[in-house]
Amino acid sequence: MKRRDFLKATLGGTAATLCTTAEARSNLEPAPEAVGMLFDSTLCVGCKACVSICKELNDMPPVTDNNQQSWDSARDLSGETLNVIKVYKNGDAKTKDAEINGYCFEKRSCMHCVDPGCVSVCPCTAMRQNKVTGIVTHHPDVCIGCRNCMVGCPYNVPQFEYNELFGQIHKCQMCNQAGLERVDKGQMTGCAEVCPTGATLFGPRKALLQEAKHRMQLKPGEIYNYPRGDVSKPYSHHEKEVPAYRDHIWGEKEAGGTSVMHISTVPFDKLGMPAVGDRSAASIAETVQHSIYNFMALPAVALAGLTYVVRRNTDDDNDGGES
Amino acid sequence: MSSHKAIGGRLFSVPFMVLLVIFLIGCFFMFQRFTSGIGSVSNLNGGFAWGIWVVFDVVIGTAFACGGYALAFMVYVFNKGQYHPLVRPAVLASLLGYALGGFGAFFDMGRFWQFYEIFLPGNWNFNSVMLEVGLCVAAYIIVLTLEFAPALLERFGMHGLLKSLNKVLFVFIALGVLLPTMHQSSLGSLLIAMGHKVHPLWQTLHMQPLFALLTALIMGFSIVIFEASTSAVGFGRHSESGLLSKMGKVIVGLLLTFLLARLVVLMLQGKLGLIFAADFASLMFLLEMVLFVIPLVILLSSERRSRGGQLLIAAVSMLLAGSLYRFNAFLFTFNPGPGYSYFPSVSEIMITLSIIALELMAYLVLVKTLPVLHREEHA
Ligand code: SF4
Ligand code: SF4
Ligand code: SF4
Repeated sequence: MKRRDFLKATLGGTAATLCTTAEARSNLEPAPEAVGMLFDSTLCVGCKACVSICKELNDMPPVTDNNQQSWDSARDLSGETLNVIKVYKNGDAKTKDAEINGYCFEKRSCMHCVDPGCVSVCPCTAMRQNKVTGIVTHHPDVCIGCRNCMVGCPYNVPQFEYNELFGQIHKCQMCNQAGLERVDKGQMTGCAEVCPTGATLFGPRKALLQEAKHRMQLKPGEIYNYPRGDVSKPYSHHEKEVPAYRDHIWGEKEAGGTSVMHISTVPFDKLGMPAVGDRSAASIAETVQHSIYNFMALPAVALAGLTYVVRRNTDDDNDGGES
Repeated sequence: MSSHKAIGGRLFSVPFMVLLVIFLIGCFFMFQRFTSGIGSVSNLNGGFAWGIWVVFDVVIGTAFACGGYALAFMVYVFNKGQYHPLVRPAVLASLLGYALGGFGAFFDMGRFWQFYEIFLPGNWNFNSVMLEVGLCVAAYIIVLTLEFAPALLERFGMHGLLKSLNKVLFVFIALGVLLPTMHQSSLGSLLIAMGHKVHPLWQTLHMQPLFALLTALIMGFSIVIFEASTSAVGFGRHSESGLLSKMGKVIVGLLLTFLLARLVVLMLQGKLGLIFAADFASLMFLLEMVLFVIPLVILLSSERRSRGGQLLIAAVSMLLAGSLYRFNAFLFTFNPGPGYSYFPSVSEIMITLSIIALELMAYLVLVKTLPVLHREEHA
């Protein structure tokens, strides 16, 4: 009898919720005036000027390796490094940009995802995406340091200062955090500005995507006039032979896309890019969470049902003189 | 009056002293953590931001603490009043487990001095599974405290307060069923956003909450059986295996659902082949399956089910199975990408051990001084 009541109550609640369940959320769309960067691995000469300026703009000390400080020897992102240039090597590593027996450079910094995992998982809204520019910023004043953003970022971008007692999360904020605000002031990002070859190119996401698609269409061996700085108003150009690009713009679609996009001649899995699908993990997590809870409606309904059942059952216990 | 009583006895027994030593060693490292930072005691890094503190102390520890949840479910919702004797010790164990899980979450918190930010509604991000886990676990610790309060009130003879508490207790018991259902399933949902970093055998996406909930219940029932069997041995008390074996039927249902759903989901996601990949993950998966099947074999036979020793084996196997499931998903087969690896440091392990020691010490002291365990009928 009572078990049936309970089941009825539960099933009723579940059915009611399922009917009003939020639509499965799909990937977010790029912000209307999303800004980003295009990193062309074939243009990067590994000078690390971008690593150096990034440290300077963000007030971070250079990382030294065996006391050899040339520019900066950071090997990976950390609490004091928001941007690194990594090296891909294969075989005798003689030819630049060759997958076999070659080498090339790859930039690592926040991808400024269109559908960012870090923003979705943060309980305290300490990761925020700007509605207009799509830039993802971090706000330590409300951050509790749970580090869910670190595990929820497909690229391991947010980094915690483990060696500080009062540490914080750090990530690239497209040089637009409060106090720097380069993008808001109409400047370009530091790393794009100092890049001598235009390997890191700043600009509106749409224009960058167009530029990337254009490069895919060029014939290898052809001479192309590559822009430097901001794709919509380059401060200079340089001519270079077009390499055999892979027909893949990383960030066009990956997990909903990113505002920082990469192109290369070496497949991205070899450059350490993760095996993300087209659907963002954040969108799946949010769909599941909202279907179950539908903004706290189900818990409320379930509690009412449970309270009713429990009350009847505990009353029975008292009458029945249990134990 | 009360059907429970304190069992009395010496507080500073040998096991207690051993636990105390472990606890004190852990305190040393905890001190270090709160003076020099997380990096000084742990091997956590940029790829493995969650180590054993989150995965063992919180994700697995709270599942161990699901005894109160499992029993509340049985006793009050399905109205099987006869399980009452086991409720109080289970609620106590749950309270301790959750409180220490909460403490674990606190010292793992990178910015512990502003932990309260998660409780300020203005900050809430309703898309975040972590928010739900955090708030729900905090609320459940309060609920467990109130569920356990009668033992304290009885002990200190505060009968007026006890009476009024008993009148509203049903609300908290209902919450005691609802809250763990919510946050235990959410612990699974945490894995969804971790996407490709979770091994495909454990990245079941939409099904994560179901598997987390099932393992929580399975582990919850196991810990009840485990506690009852060991306190029967340890404190020379009457075995309650008669009651326990009845729980077996419920557990069989849970185990069958888990195993079936696990395989069907993997089949639908086209991942069955990975089970036989003969790599570390496939080995872990098979080990996990074996640990889930052992209790099934024991509990399916009514003859084995009624034997205390067999029941204990089943319980231990299920506790290991559930723990391994969560360990595998969150840590053992977790792969954040090239360049990152993690193995807990000695100090990290010691801090976790000291938390467990503290929990056991508190349990020992409280059952000896408060009316927690059921009064023997044939004393
Ligand atoms: S790359 Fe990581 S940190 Fe950057 S926006 Fe995407 S999820 Fe957030
Ligand atoms: S560590 Fe801070 S920013 Fe990252 S998810 Fe937790 S509260 Fe949010
Ligand atoms: S945009 Fe600014 S913060 Fe980000 S990598 Fe470039 S220089 Fe560093």
